[in-house]
Amino acid sequence: MDLNLTSDELQFRDELRAWLEANVPREWDEAREESLDRRFEFLRKWQRQLFDGGWAGISWPKEYGGRGASLMQQVIFWQEMARAGAPPMANVLGLGLIGPTIIAFGSEDQKKRYLRNILNADEIWCQGFSEPNAGSDLAGLQTDARLDGDHYVVNGQKVWTSYGWLADWCEVVVRTDPAAPKHKGLTVMLVDMKSPGVDVRPLRQMTGETEFNEVFFRDVRIPVANVVGKVNQGWDVAMGTLMHERGTFGAGLQIIYKRNMDRLTELAHSTQRNGVPAAEDPIIRQKLAQCYGEIEVMRLNQMRAFSRISATGVPGPEGSIQKIFWSELNQRFQQVAQELLGPYGQLTGDAEESIDHGLWSYGYLRARGNTIEAGTSEIQRNIIGHFVLGLPRSY
Amino acid sequence: MQFGLSESQEILRDSARKFFAGECPMAEVRRLIETDTAYDAKLWSKMAEQGYTGFIYPEEYGGAGLGIVELILWMEESGRALLPGPFFTTVVQAGSLLDAAGSPDQKKKYLGPICGGEARATVAFLEAGASWDPADIRLEAVDGKLTGEKLFVPDAAVADSIIVVARNGVFVVDSRAPGITIKLMPGMDLTRRQYSVKFKNTAGDKLSNADGLPRARSIATTAMVAEMVGGMQRTLDLTVEYAKTRKQFGKPIGTFQAVQHQCADMYLETESSRSAVYYAAWALEQNAPDAATAVSIAKMYASDASRTVGNRGIQIHGGMGFTWENDVHLYYRRAKACETMFGDASFHRERIARLVIDTAAAAAKTA
Repeated sequence: MDLNLTSDELQFRDELRAWLEANVPREWDEAREESLDRRFEFLRKWQRQLFDGGWAGISWPKEYGGRGASLMQQVIFWQEMARAGAPPMANVLGLGLIGPTIIAFGSEDQKKRYLRNILNADEIWCQGFSEPNAGSDLAGLQTDARLDGDHYVVNGQKVWTSYGWLADWCEVVVRTDPAAPKHKGLTVMLVDMKSPGVDVRPLRQMTGETEFNEVFFRDVRIPVANVVGKVNQGWDVAMGTLMHERGTFGAGLQIIYKRNMDRLTELAHSTQRNGVPAAEDPIIRQKLAQCYGEIEVMRLNQMRAFSRISATGVPGPEGSIQKIFWSELNQRFQQVAQELLGPYGQLTGDAEESIDHGLWSYGYLRARGNTIEAGTSEIQRNIIGHFVLGLPRSY
Repeated sequence: MQFGLSESQEILRDSARKFFAGECPMAEVRRLIETDTAYDAKLWSKMAEQGYTGFIYPEEYGGAGLGIVELILWMEESGRALLPGPFFTTVVQAGSLLDAAGSPDQKKKYLGPICGGEARATVAFLEAGASWDPADIRLEAVDGKLTGEKLFVPDAAVADSIIVVARNGVFVVDSRAPGITIKLMPGMDLTRRQYSVKFKNTAGDKLSNADGLPRARSIATTAMVAEMVGGMQRTLDLTVEYAKTRKQFGKPIGTFQAVQHQCADMYLETESSRSAVYYAAWALEQNAPDAATAVSIAKMYASDASRTVGNRGIQIHGGMGFTWENDVHLYYRRAKACETMFGDASFHRERIARLVIDTAAAAAKTA
């Protein structure tokens, strides 16, 4: 165990730190209070700027536009982004899930075709996994793909597709062999969202926004060349994606968590409670300290996980604890924010008196989705129970 | 940057595990907790032979000169084995205080015999107010002599010397000196006995540098968290094993999600405590600027986690978990004692607030 930076890592960090100091857009504080699509455009521009600076895809191969650095440098990247108060990047799913999947399972042509455009945010990605009748039981999905010459013809429906409304591409899991046992007949494909027959409908979520969508496929023709990995072995590919989603995706969240914690600390000093600043209230102090500590524990868990992945090459099922940790922590954190802000916490951005233009009421509601998206907390606990602790399957 | 264990660290951990399996199996733990002091001279000399008693101290005092991370790995194993007796009290708590606060002569005199396995020692800190804040200490030395009472002093009955933290300094007292009365305070934890120690005009040798107290406290706190992590791991292992073998409704109870999810939470809490304590140890070893915060975060997190891991472990064991015969309650008892030692989660949350919430206001004012 040695948490000191090597000379390479140190050089990387110093270079990055200097670059961030000169380039982090200060307008993010205002931009994050704007509408979803304005926010997205802001982040897209920022990602482009990072890419041009050589800071997108730290551990991705150089020939596809990445930096070709180590996974630990990727960890340093997130820590420095958090430290600098930098905005997150726009192409979240492309960077966190689909890119790593293509790197692990994709053909040479696919790597050349897609990876660079993920990094520079020219092509935004979404992920078509869940269906109305296949949520936690993903392998029960029904979207059907029939081979027709050098194309698959796809029919079906996906749901909870984050960023579907602005995505250029989608990683879908479809059923290519309906006769095979449910895990055996699946295939992963890359779909151009502009293909005829793709219909994206907004799905209004409890926050009032339409961050995700329903996506309908009606006789959509997908070239055979867009299959990732082998036909009918899509379960392994999809699991590869999900391991990233659970194990490594959360690492980027420390950027947001640290920022929220800093802001809430500021508010604790400026909000009065019982005649003193809330930061002096013994109970609020306890809760803030608990949040601070847990955010740090989340970071340390992730650092340990990345060290393990550096050694083994792939994220394992133990990554499920990262997913449980970040999602449940955010729910606790948002509740502490509500307690601190009192009746102001529940005001939306439309209220003149709202704090941070309704950021906290939005955050509180949005956090409920955290323990559902990317595999529910219950599914994560099943995974730990069965795959990590070796308990018998419960279903 | 590498947050995994090095090969030599893994070897050290494995050899400690092997040592405990051979020299201190559960039957031996059970035997020792029925004795008056839970101390065994033979086991002690075996640990000394291995060099464990000098672990992190300089070679000039007979120590092995290892790092705090290595100490933490060893403590994790001792926690897993539920090692009874005054090892932590002597080697970690008293040893680190002597190392941080003693003059070279005092170290030679008091730390040397500890490293060599010839002496045992303890630290007397808490008083009737049971506050871990040094500012609350009342006992004061007058002309180098101590009069008053310390409570919750671990392993005092087997200590050769007692290091007394007083208002006006830290004093080493010979436990056989005139004026000392030691009385057992029976508590939940049977592996580390606590005592009240009364002093009446008892002479003490004042350590030269009381400023070393916070660092010694940090090392001891971190090592204690490591012991707690070991206890959590063992509780988890026992519980998972039980859930795999105990059958109800014709299936192992581990098949049921109500049971599985409790086990998953135990795993999450154990691993998270481990991450926190590894980092705290490293930060202390390197004198990192956030070391004090890291130690408090580890103690905060593990204090709550070790209790809930125990709660879940006992629950999953069902009626068996409630019996004396089952080992889980022995870990549960120790976890409660460890939870309060060096401050519980609330104490450390307040410390974290002082370190990071209050300083944020100060920074805003100066900006």
